[in-house]
Amino acid sequence: MKYLDEYRDPVLARRLLDELRQTATRPWRIMEVCGGQTHTLVRQGIDELLPAGMRMIHGPGCPVCVTPLETLDRTMAIAARPGVILTSFGDMLRVPGTDTDLLSLRARGADVRVVYAPMDAVRLAAEHPDREVVFLAVGFETTAPANAMAVLHAARLGLTNFSMLVSHVLVPPAMTALLDDPDCEVQAFLAAGHVCAVMGWREYEPIAARHRVPIVVTGFEPLDLLEGILMAVRQLESGRFEVENQYVRAVRRVGNPAAQDTVRAVFRVTDRAWRGIGPLPDSGLELAEEYRRFDAARRFDVGGLCPVEDAECIAGAILTGAKLPTDCAAYGTRCTPRHPLGAPMVSSEGTCAAFHAAGRTPTRSTA
Amino acid sequence: MTIECPTPKHEEEVVLLGHGAGGRLTAELLDQLILPAVHGGTGPLEDAALLPGHPGLVMSTDNFVVSPLFFPGGDIGSLAVHGTVNDLAMRGAWPLALSVSLIVEEGLPLSELRSVMTSLGKAAQDVGVPVVTGDTKVVGRGAADRLFINTTGVGQRHELLCPSAALAHPGDAVLLSGPIGLHGTTVLSTREGLGFESDIASDTRPLHRLVRALVPFGADVHVLRDPTRGGLAAALNEIARDSSVAVEIEESAVRVPEAVASACDLLGLDPLVVANEGCLVAFVDAASAEGALTAMRSVAEGAAAVRIGEVLPDGPQGRVTLRTLVGARRIVDMPLGEQLPRIC
Ligand code: SF4
Repeated sequence: MKYLDEYRDPVLARRLLDELRQTATRPWRIMEVCGGQTHTLVRQGIDELLPAGMRMIHGPGCPVCVTPLETLDRTMAIAARPGVILTSFGDMLRVPGTDTDLLSLRARGADVRVVYAPMDAVRLAAEHPDREVVFLAVGFETTAPANAMAVLHAARLGLTNFSMLVSHVLVPPAMTALLDDPDCEVQAFLAAGHVCAVMGWREYEPIAARHRVPIVVTGFEPLDLLEGILMAVRQLESGRFEVENQYVRAVRRVGNPAAQDTVRAVFRVTDRAWRGIGPLPDSGLELAEEYRRFDAARRFDVGGLCPVEDAECIAGAILTGAKLPTDCAAYGTRCTPRHPLGAPMVSSEGTCAAFHAAGRTPTRSTA
Repeated sequence: MTIECPTPKHEEEVVLLGHGAGGRLTAELLDQLILPAVHGGTGPLEDAALLPGHPGLVMSTDNFVVSPLFFPGGDIGSLAVHGTVNDLAMRGAWPLALSVSLIVEEGLPLSELRSVMTSLGKAAQDVGVPVVTGDTKVVGRGAADRLFINTTGVGQRHELLCPSAALAHPGDAVLLSGPIGLHGTTVLSTREGLGFESDIASDTRPLHRLVRALVPFGADVHVLRDPTRGGLAAALNEIARDSSVAVEIEESAVRVPEAVASACDLLGLDPLVVANEGCLVAFVDAASAEGALTAMRSVAEGAAAVRIGEVLPDGPQGRVTLRTLVGARRIVDMPLGEQLPRIC
């Protein structure tokens, strides 16, 4: 039996940490954009072993967390309709909307199903011509190609009972928005390896140059992250600000052009409001005119939505890295994975959930 | 069904799937609803109960509702035998007799029922436990998911063994008999058609012989537990809670097969919370730990046994921590409920 040891070797990890301690002369602040990376950092406790003063800022890269409340409420209103099969990825089922969540709706009789690929939703639609199959398409650039493929496939099959609620978001506009904020503390970025596997890193070059910030494309294993952090610190220490690639085993500068073409054929860039952050220009994807007939928001006329965020949740500050989950008064008490008040407590990629799963308590991590 | 705005938040007056997943939700349901109703005593919930008035006998019952019925490495029939035999074994008992009850959904092909029953019969024979009684009910289409099996077992305790989830002592070594995560990821991969099936097979197997190998260590074997639903994380948390001790394990010592790690990555699951059906954790007095490990490794079911941690001499009671690969410490929490796959 083979084991996944190559990127989880404790001896190598300690060597990288030692090197990091020798390299860092200042308390640098580095943001990991991706929620998957936040998850590994916190699970492994890497953020607690960094040289004194140096800090990781946890970024907005959890797709579950940034999906607008209005989209969730709309999804639930559609799911509650008779004849609808609502499909999505597992994490979305627990995210609290204004009044309820998809899991609770399912327990009360709504047909809500977890799928692992959007194509499964298309297949369901083909198998159930008498039902309306709706897929909640959230995520970053990573999941967009597969979702685009699903739309193309549904079009090819001539399905009229398949539709998507598209709430895709794009990473570079969010990074730019963070850097444009005068209070931004981020001095370097770890860019998400999966996103760059699709999109490459050309888009990051002007950001690095304009804001004079190092950007290191980084993978998700403990050693990937340690190496990515070290590469970022080396740039910071030597005053460089380039896009570098730690994740060479998966990412090329141009990314995956075929996947990009598929995305471009089906979606177009649009303004999008991010939950907890607010509207960001050109930061989302929506269905292109040609495929509008698959837009669930158009097909189902849902009126009377009144999304209300929980007053206690400081998700916006969490998602921009301005605050830690342990700074939130509800963390671990009124807000737990069992009763999440906000989205960052739901997905394992959410910063609050990652902290909670690792047993972080306020005294420990704000000290 | 209508949704009005606003309605009360998080109202949960119905049973959720997560209530059956062996995590915190299950514990709440037991503590707040089921145990009070049946006047269940307090104290640790063990894998099998001592029979009042018969100190040498233990009893255990379990329902098997796995979907799909057949998966790489096993099927619901063999699983139903192994599950109950293992629950008896975790109290240091050798299985004496089993009952088998079936709830069959109308429409199940007889050929499938025959395959399951043949497998169940063979598993019982391999273990050497007779099926002495049973029941069969058929319910209408939609009233059950193809086939549910209940097995109840009675076992005879090895005289020298009396393990309990409440007996972990500071200084105990924590031993794990094999790699983790195989059963849960196999069933999920098969059910969801994720394509890992060729790399992965359930670890379902009986553990009574492995427990017998530990008999010479007698009272030094403090706790035995097979980490089924809720995985290793739930098992260790229950032991830490019931024994009021702090447990620490070493991440690099816990063997996670690569196929399990990949499937967990894809599904967004933590291998520590994924179900197992063929391994056990043993809390053994430090003095006997090396001997117990050697004994475990002498049996096929324990060939890959390792020491994964210890009960801390002092430390917060009921807490399980993990030394991560990079040397940091983190808390291993009780899993909440149903494990859901994540996005990217
Ligand atoms: S702990 Fe809960 S309430 Fe606080 S920011 Fe996180 S999700 Fe929101």
